[in-house]
Amino acid sequence: MPDTSAPSFDDVPRDLPVETLPAATILFAGDSGDGIQVTGAQFTIATAMAHNDLATLPDFPAEIRAPVGTTYGVSGFQLHFGSVDIRTPGDEVDLLVAMNPAALKVNLHRVRRGGAILVNTDAFDARGLELARYDTNPLDDPALKSAYQVIEVPLTTLVREALKDSGLSHKDIDRSKNMFALGIALWLYQRPLEAAVTWTEKRFAKKPEVLAANLTLLHKGYHYGETVEAFAVRYEVAPAAMPGGTYRAIRGIEALALGLVTAGVKSGLPVFYGSYPITPASDLLHELAKHKVFGVVTYQAEDEIAAIGSAIGASFGGVLAVTGTSGPGMALKTEAMGLAVMTELPLVIVDVQRGGPSTGLPTKTEQSDLLQAVFGRNGEAPMPVLAASTPSDCYETAYEACKIAVDYMTPVIVLADGYLANGSEPWRIPDPDALPDFPVAFATPKQAVREGEVAVVDAPDERTPEDNDARFLPYVRDPQTLARPWARPGTRGLEHRIGGIEKQHETGNVSYDPANHQLMVRLRAEKVDRVRQTYAPTAVNGADEGDVLLIGWGGTRGAIEAAVERLAAKGRRVSSIHLRNVWPLPDDLAPIFDRFAHLVVPELNNGQLIRLLRDAHLRPFIPLDKIQGLPFRTAEIEAFVDALLDQE
Amino acid sequence: MSDPNELSPSTPEQPERPVPTLPPGATAPRRVGTLPPGFASGTKTPASAPGPADARPHPKPAKLAGLPEGPGAPAVLPPRPAMPPAGGDGGGSASAADRKAWATDQDVRWCPGCGDYAILAAVQRLMPELGIERENTVFVSGIGCSSRFPYYMNTYGFHSIHGRAPTLATGLKTMRPELDVWMITGDGDALSIGGNHFIHLLRRNVNLQVILFNNQIYGLTKGQYSPTSEPGKVTKSTPYGSLDHPFNPLSVALGADATFVARAMDRDPKHLTDVLRRAYQHEGTSLVEVYQNCNIFNDHAFEVYTEKATKPFSTVYVEHGKPLVYDQGRKGLRLDGLRLEPVDLTGSAFSADDCMVYDETNRELAHLTIRLFDAPEHLPRPFGVFYVEQRPTYDALVQQQLAEVQALRGPGDLRALLHAGETWTIGNN
Ligand SMILES: Cc1ncc(C[n+]2csc(CCOP(=O)(O)OP(=O)(O)O)c2C)c(N)n1
Ligand code: SF4
Ligand SMILES: [Mg+2]
Repeated sequence: MPDTSAPSFDDVPRDLPVETLPAATILFAGDSGDGIQVTGAQFTIATAMAHNDLATLPDFPAEIRAPVGTTYGVSGFQLHFGSVDIRTPGDEVDLLVAMNPAALKVNLHRVRRGGAILVNTDAFDARGLELARYDTNPLDDPALKSAYQVIEVPLTTLVREALKDSGLSHKDIDRSKNMFALGIALWLYQRPLEAAVTWTEKRFAKKPEVLAANLTLLHKGYHYGETVEAFAVRYEVAPAAMPGGTYRAIRGIEALALGLVTAGVKSGLPVFYGSYPITPASDLLHELAKHKVFGVVTYQAEDEIAAIGSAIGASFGGVLAVTGTSGPGMALKTEAMGLAVMTELPLVIVDVQRGGPSTGLPTKTEQSDLLQAVFGRNGEAPMPVLAASTPSDCYETAYEACKIAVDYMTPVIVLADGYLANGSEPWRIPDPDALPDFPVAFATPKQAVREGEVAVVDAPDERTPEDNDARFLPYVRDPQTLARPWARPGTRGLEHRIGGIEKQHETGNVSYDPANHQLMVRLRAEKVDRVRQTYAPTAVNGADEGDVLLIGWGGTRGAIEAAVERLAAKGRRVSSIHLRNVWPLPDDLAPIFDRFAHLVVPELNNGQLIRLLRDAHLRPFIPLDKIQGLPFRTAEIEAFVDALLDQE
Repeated sequence: MSDPNELSPSTPEQPERPVPTLPPGATAPRRVGTLPPGFASGTKTPASAPGPADARPHPKPAKLAGLPEGPGAPAVLPPRPAMPPAGGDGGGSASAADRKAWATDQDVRWCPGCGDYAILAAVQRLMPELGIERENTVFVSGIGCSSRFPYYMNTYGFHSIHGRAPTLATGLKTMRPELDVWMITGDGDALSIGGNHFIHLLRRNVNLQVILFNNQIYGLTKGQYSPTSEPGKVTKSTPYGSLDHPFNPLSVALGADATFVARAMDRDPKHLTDVLRRAYQHEGTSLVEVYQNCNIFNDHAFEVYTEKATKPFSTVYVEHGKPLVYDQGRKGLRLDGLRLEPVDLTGSAFSADDCMVYDETNRELAHLTIRLFDAPEHLPRPFGVFYVEQRPTYDALVQQQLAEVQALRGPGDLRALLHAGETWTIGNN
């Protein structure tokens, strides 16, 4: 049994200067088989334990195992952390860890001039260079070394040497080199080793040799920084001043799952989640499948139509029903969403957006399903649409969507995106008691009435034969919300039939009456409009008036607010608002718009929110569209506003 | 939700909002309950007269006018009211009053003479006999003439969208296994647009009953051929004859590992009721294909199986433990290698003892029997319960797994869940 106990590395012998940074961005890149995502996640946890604020951006290739060494097989994990408020995964990279030439080629442009590049020189052999389509070795290029601080580490050699007695195969040894790199990175930024050690122990508990090897490499990597004179400086990033509380790092997709579980507890309803696997939404299915102790049932359906159909069936049964997917799956669910509108059943539909159209860019982020969410159904089929704005905001957004769905008896769409789903940030864990309960009052037999009058039928067993003619009217509405009653099958006296054919007002009978149809269309629309009753007043980030108002929604919040901060620091009069409720649009926007000279709408699409805004407010909104499968960089928004104001 | 009595006064805090105005031409409503504030009145078509208790074909074709994609104009309706009198030979012990309790007051809108009426009558007869409660019963359907069925059952009902009834039924039954769920579908609904859901429902073995109304045509869209229509069929969409090869829904079902596979006909209500009763008793997805005459768009499709002159030698009723004998004992089916061969029992060569004794638990035999399909002039078409297998149902397995995990890990603790994984504390919180 090899010794797996962790030696202490606090007694650092070498005396290196330490530079204190407010924030730093590190990017791990390599083959998708190089363990890049694991390395990134471990560095993230270590950083969180060091009490930094942070934001991450994993960047996967679409192929699961793309050919080794190719540029299109490069997987990346970017982490921005600091002692200051961190809102994005970082515009420019301070340290790139490139496991092979392809990783360098793909990511070099993201490194700031003067930034550091740590390369595995062993991978820069003839074969590696050829796979990455380098004619000459970039490491021999003096221009590279004058522009960047290049740290050359013969990673493969070091790792093989360190593990030559481990008994592991060459393949296994080479696969673990990410742990060595992680050790170096942890050392360089003075992160604690404990979290990575604990994780490794758990991960390889059943494989003692692999565990020992990984721990050896982690420690050797950490030592490497000490002993080799490759580094001129170590960095320190002080803890961030964050509000008091208990924190954890959370990915958006996990937060969505937790929000749904919370809504189940708060409503007192079992949760049903019907889904068909699709990137980047699959992890929601994976997460929720773990939560059976909360009565959550997950159902992997045969397709997205079956996924939403099963959820509608569950909702009819009186259950908190949820379905989740990405854009292509949304397209398939369209007809069934209309059924949920018509039958006025509560349902939450989560769309984790990715680049489209069609299969598009499965692993890249985009905000291009907004119009599909708001309008993409046959007939007049309105439904509320909410958009989460940060990984942790996914939690409350999911909870709120469930509450609206149940309170208003309506399907509700939650828009997230690949960036939010996979990105992570520190989350101040909320007090679960602080969110209000929303216990559901199902219809009772008292609500059964005879045609033309209101009959009160009390205890079901005491019904007279006459009362048996009393009928439940499934489309009589609540005066405040216009919600119809939710009658749970199994309740005597409330037997009723619903479906996709137009309903007669109140009775819910099939009706082809022209005037009734118009009334029902308007009622359904008015009900969705009344969801505005739940909105908090729109908050302005920054000064209440000024030259530019940035109007955002969804996952761009971090970049927009970081840009506002930078612009304000330069004296620009710029503010922002961020919409969580994108449909129906809040009705308090006009007075805010009045107080700004320019209204700029940054979106990761070809201009979608801007169309909704123009429709509701005839004003000269200015689009700022990025459609590259990537999130905004703060600098892009900043530069746009600078240019706009400098024109004047 | 509050009592309907409380719905009328408008709440003072309620924000002022534009509300829909009444469409032009709206007439004064008969009030049922009250309207939400801001709505001057609703409109309501006159309440329809309660339909006949036993759901006979409606005599007035004018009643069809409301169907959106409905069958042809009343003028084309042929006078074929040849329906079995409800309650006549349908079997069952339920009284007329019992049966009435299971029927709604909605006008039944199928064409006069449609086979759907007989199936509805059989189901309404069976229900009281099963000793079940209306409030615990749910009918879920797709789209098609047949899928109108739930509107006529005084139970919970869901008329969903085309082909998707299995998906709703699965979600409902999985979360509410204590309910009795029946699914109503057509040959287009189940086998064409909904084919994918159909096979997966059977494979999962969700504990519910499926009645597949097979009229070998798309009724509601006015008569296009379906996946079960015979090759060469001339319809509006195939004026020169259909080129599609039809499949046998029951072979599909066996291929999808269905655990209960049966066939009946609208024109043999007693047998139909018996088969439905067994379907109800089976734990798992029970598929009952019912040959149903669409007298408007595919009349006479099953005539050889239903008419006195041809029925005896064109049909064979299978029964567990009994030899495959038909034509009033004059003919039988005997196993010849891997196929069933018809034999003459009137001569001296063969007797009933030579015939295959049916075993409904034998999947291979079920396959062979169901494949008596391709050459009706030579082989009889089989009816009855072909295959029954006991296999855990999906809904029971889901609930069992939930219970096991909960027993193992205890009830969920939200605070603990939120705090799972690595956490750190800032300040003296
Ligand atoms: C998505 C969709 N496509 C097409 C239709 C039109 N449509 C309604 S019913 C039907 C065929 C019904 O045939 P079947 O299931 O055999 O039912 P039947 O009317 O014969 O009982 C079609 C094509 C529809 N309602 N929805
Ligand atoms: S199946 Fe045929 S006969 Fe029956 S209602 Fe439809 S169109 Fe009419
Ligand atoms: Mg049909």
